[in-house]
Amino acid sequence: MTTGAWVLLIAVVAAVAFGLWRAARDGRFRGTHKVAGALDEGEVSAKAGGRQIPVWEGIELGERATLLQFSSAFCAPCRATRVVLAEVASGLPGVVHQEIDAEHHLDLVRRVGVSRTPTTLILGPDGAELTRAVGAPRKALVLESLNALGIT
Amino acid sequence: MSGTQHTQHIDPRGPQFAASLTTAVLAAVLLLAPSPVGIALLAAQAVFFLIGALLGAQRTPWGVLFKRFVRPRLAPPTHWEDARPPRFAQGVGLAFAVVALTGYAAGAPAVGAVATGFALAAALLNAAFGLCLGCELYLTVKKLTARVSTPEPEPART
Repeated sequence: MTTGAWVLLIAVVAAVAFGLWRAARDGRFRGTHKVAGALDEGEVSAKAGGRQIPVWEGIELGERATLLQFSSAFCAPCRATRVVLAEVASGLPGVVHQEIDAEHHLDLVRRVGVSRTPTTLILGPDGAELTRAVGAPRKALVLESLNALGIT
Repeated sequence: MSGTQHTQHIDPRGPQFAASLTTAVLAAVLLLAPSPVGIALLAAQAVFFLIGALLGAQRTPWGVLFKRFVRPRLAPPTHWEDARPPRFAQGVGLAFAVVALTGYAAGAPAVGAVATGFALAAALLNAAFGLCLGCELYLTVKKLTARVSTPEPEPART
C-alpha cells in the first residue's frame, strides 16, 4: 500500500473510533473536576466537607441546585442544551438554570476545567460541584442525575 | 447567540452533506496524491475551503449543490444552526489543505498525506456523526492564546 492509502485507512479508523467513543460519553453526567490550582488570593471561598468551593461571583444559585451551563457562540449543541436545562429548571422549584459565555470568562473556564462547550455543572445549594456533563445532555439524563442526587 | 445583530442561520444538514463530499474528495487525493490529478483535486478542495471561510459554508459549491438539489427533497429542518461555526471550521480545513499542498509541493509527500489525513478525519466526523472538531477547537484556541485575564462583569445570562 502507498503512504496515502495507509494514511487514508488510519484516518478513517481513528475518526470512526473517536466518533463512537464521543457519542457514548456525550452528555452523560459523570464525576466532578477538582477546581484547578489554588483559588486566587483574596478571593472568598467557602469550605464544605474540607473541599474548597469557588465562589460563583455574580451568579445567582438555586436554593436546591443550579444547572450551570458553559456555552459559546460557536456551538450548535449549546442551544439544544439551553432548551433542555431551562425546561428542567422550570419544572423543579429551587432549581435554577444559569448560562456562562465561556469565551468571555476564560479564567473561570480554566479554573473549573471546562474543555469544550457545552459543559453543564450541577451545583449544590452551597455552590459545590456535584457532577458534570460534557456535551449536550438529554432531558432524561438530567432528571436522572438530579434524582440520584436527591434533588427532584 | 451573543451577537444577535446579523446572525445568519443555515440548515445544519448542509455542512454535513458538504462534509461527506469533502471526505470523498480527500480520500481520492490520498489515493492519487503525488500525481497531478491528486494535487489538482486537493487544490480545488482548498479553494472550496477558502470560499467557505470567506463567505460561509453555504456558499461553497457543495453548499450550493445541497441548496439546489438536496434540500428541496428533504423535510424542513428541525432546527437551524448559526452559520459562523461551520465557517470557522472551513478555515481550519483550509489551514490543513494549505499545509498539505505545501508538503506535496516541497517534495515531502508524507507531510502532505498526514495533513490531508487530518482534514479527512475531521470531515468524516462531521459527515458521519455531525461532530464539528473545527468548531470545538475554537474554545481551546481561545484558552491557549488569551493570556490577559478578561474582566468578568456580566457572568450570567438567563
